[in-house]
Amino acid sequence: MSGHDHGEDGVSRRKVLECMTWAGTGVLWTITGGVPRSLGIIDSAQAATAAAPGMTFLQISDSHVGFDKPANPNALGTLEEAVAKINAMPTKPSFMIHTGDITHLSKAAEFDNADRIISQSKLDVHYVPGEHDFLDEDVKFYRERYGRGTKGAGWYSFDAGGVHFIGLVNVVDLKAGGLGNLGAEQLAWLEDDLRGKSKSTPIVLFAHIPLWTVYPEWGWGTEDGGRALEYVKGFGSVTVLNGHIHQVMQKVEGNVTFHTARSTAFPQPAPGTAPSPGPMKVEDARLRAMLGVASVNFKQNEQRLAIIDTPLQG
Amino acid sequence: MKTLTRRDFGVAMAATILLPATAARADDMEVHIDNFVFQPAELTVKVGTTVTWTNRDDIPHTVVSAGKFRSKTLDTDDKFSFTFTNAGDYKYFCSLHPHMTGMIKVE
Repeated sequence: MSGHDHGEDGVSRRKVLECMTWAGTGVLWTITGGVPRSLGIIDSAQAATAAAPGMTFLQISDSHVGFDKPANPNALGTLEEAVAKINAMPTKPSFMIHTGDITHLSKAAEFDNADRIISQSKLDVHYVPGEHDFLDEDVKFYRERYGRGTKGAGWYSFDAGGVHFIGLVNVVDLKAGGLGNLGAEQLAWLEDDLRGKSKSTPIVLFAHIPLWTVYPEWGWGTEDGGRALEYVKGFGSVTVLNGHIHQVMQKVEGNVTFHTARSTAFPQPAPGTAPSPGPMKVEDARLRAMLGVASVNFKQNEQRLAIIDTPLQG
Repeated sequence: MKTLTRRDFGVAMAATILLPATAARADDMEVHIDNFVFQPAELTVKVGTTVTWTNRDDIPHTVVSAGKFRSKTLDTDDKFSFTFTNAGDYKYFCSLHPHMTGMIKVE
């Protein structure tokens, strides 16, 4: 509630977020004045993207390098395909975020292979860990590679293109019977990180497990995610980007847009449609339609905010 | 009725190593992890029993009982054994997928 000095045109000065999820199958979103509407057609997505200057960044998630089970015997290969798609984009993105599960079993060779492929995008990558990235005995490989300059288990924030990005970790200290977990220390840091920020600053929160409750029966949610969302309540534009569930899910509540990305490795079933959330085996011809990456575009000084999902193949 | 698979040779070897020399040999038991569920979710055993968990999912899991035992990450078909030498209720869970919980009652 710090509005009086500079609040007269706070809403109209809200910067514009456009997000195109660029993936195995396409969903296309536009948000006008904070309310999204689905455009749904790939052609429209491409047209919207072509017409949208400003900052573009990518989201990639759940590479699971090392996974070799029937749902996708070559997870490294599909990651490579995703990076090739990124490299073929007409507009080079400013940077990439990776929302975790880089590897399947946190083996050094898996991290090395992931880095070898992802670095071919020649983009800066901002990572947050998934639970599959903390499985090595000493829990050190992720931190050694991606933990520099981060707090706690790996959380941090940065600014780009007028947007404040916050990478959170919700895959450590999980409690029996519970969901993802941020913890008191990280929440205190988040509150502090947001203090003094103008409410017209667009906020992007990204973390591995969805910060909203998607399906608690499968653990798809974050126990104290609601606390984090309270801290961003007053901001005009909040976008929450997650992975973990290997499918696109979207929801809007007030000024907050929630979005989960596809995996580049294997699909998982829609909530409750299978006995478990484990890897879903689909026909080979359909696999690439269910994998992908996301591209997000910000336009400044406009009220329109758009999120677009587009398929890699399909 | 609980259906228990007979222990295999590997489990028998592990039990031999893990059992204290003084412990009475009890029937060893198995818990399977299938579809993100511990089966059986609750198991009652005698003191001295070795329980072996086998992960039959395509996704790694762990078996963790706070302050009592903690497996390494179990990939597909990996096993973890623990011998219960004291009576009590041992609640446990998968630290990667904490909605997965189970209990061993040792009497």
